[in-house]
Amino acid sequence: MGSTSSDSNLTRRIGAMTLTIKSDVEIELMRVFDAPRRLVFEACTKPEHVRQWWGLRGSTMVSCEMDFRPGGTWRFVVREADGSENAFRGEYREIVPPERVVQTFELEGMPGAVSVETMTLTEDGGKTTLRTTSRFDSIEARDGMLQSGMERGAAETYDRLEELLRTIR
Amino acid sequence: MSTDQLSTTFAALADPTRRAILARLAEREATVNELAEPFDLKLPTVSKHLKVLQRAGLVKQSRQAQWRHCSLETAPLKEVAAWVERYCRIWEERFGQLDAYLTDLQAKEKADGVDE
Repeated sequence: MGSTSSDSNLTRRIGAMTLTIKSDVEIELMRVFDAPRRLVFEACTKPEHVRQWWGLRGSTMVSCEMDFRPGGTWRFVVREADGSENAFRGEYREIVPPERVVQTFELEGMPGAVSVETMTLTEDGGKTTLRTTSRFDSIEARDGMLQSGMERGAAETYDRLEELLRTIR
Repeated sequence: MSTDQLSTTFAALADPTRRAILARLAEREATVNELAEPFDLKLPTVSKHLKVLQRAGLVKQSRQAQWRHCSLETAPLKEVAAWVERYCRIWEERFGQLDAYLTDLQAKEKADGVDE
């Protein structure tokens, strides 16, 4: 102890990802993929690709609509492992192939729970760094983001308090 | 914007000085003077930060003699940790699937290239 941290963000490594809490309403996740940017962009922006990976393990994507243009909307319906269904939707606000997409994200049936997601891709030596920043302007948005079913019924609590404290040091 | 414990905690944690104060208190309790010292901060500034931390329920103050002692309250941090944990698990899994899918796509592209 003895000095103030010069890092104004809270950053933590989780497996292959890096999490950064940039402010109280903005969270960034970063991960490097061993693929060219062109391909990563395609995999993230075409429905025939997105439906292959977006849903979580044990879930099926029942519907994947993407009107991929600025002002266009998207809507995903996911059947979770426990049989329940969740619908997510949003609007594309900004599209700059193959480097940047800004879109809104909301859980259907949860009014006001809109977060804004910004995805940026940078390529270096054939590898692509994907950054996704979520901006939550309400607690509903934060909860909506987590509505995925994957944690339902999990008795385990993930007490990472010590780790968190180590990070804020 | 609706406020709740989680939002308040996130807001309190969003400042590096406040995080440093919490880290200091995680070692042991301290007086306001002791907290100000290592940060080279003026007492009113430290008091201001402490007020935010107290409102978020992260710091408790007790009076012993003429000194006010500050100590860490960990419950709100657990809530933040749990939220962050869930958020990360979702994206970790999603990114893991994207990674595997990209590997498949590249293998396919390569195979198609050979065929042509």
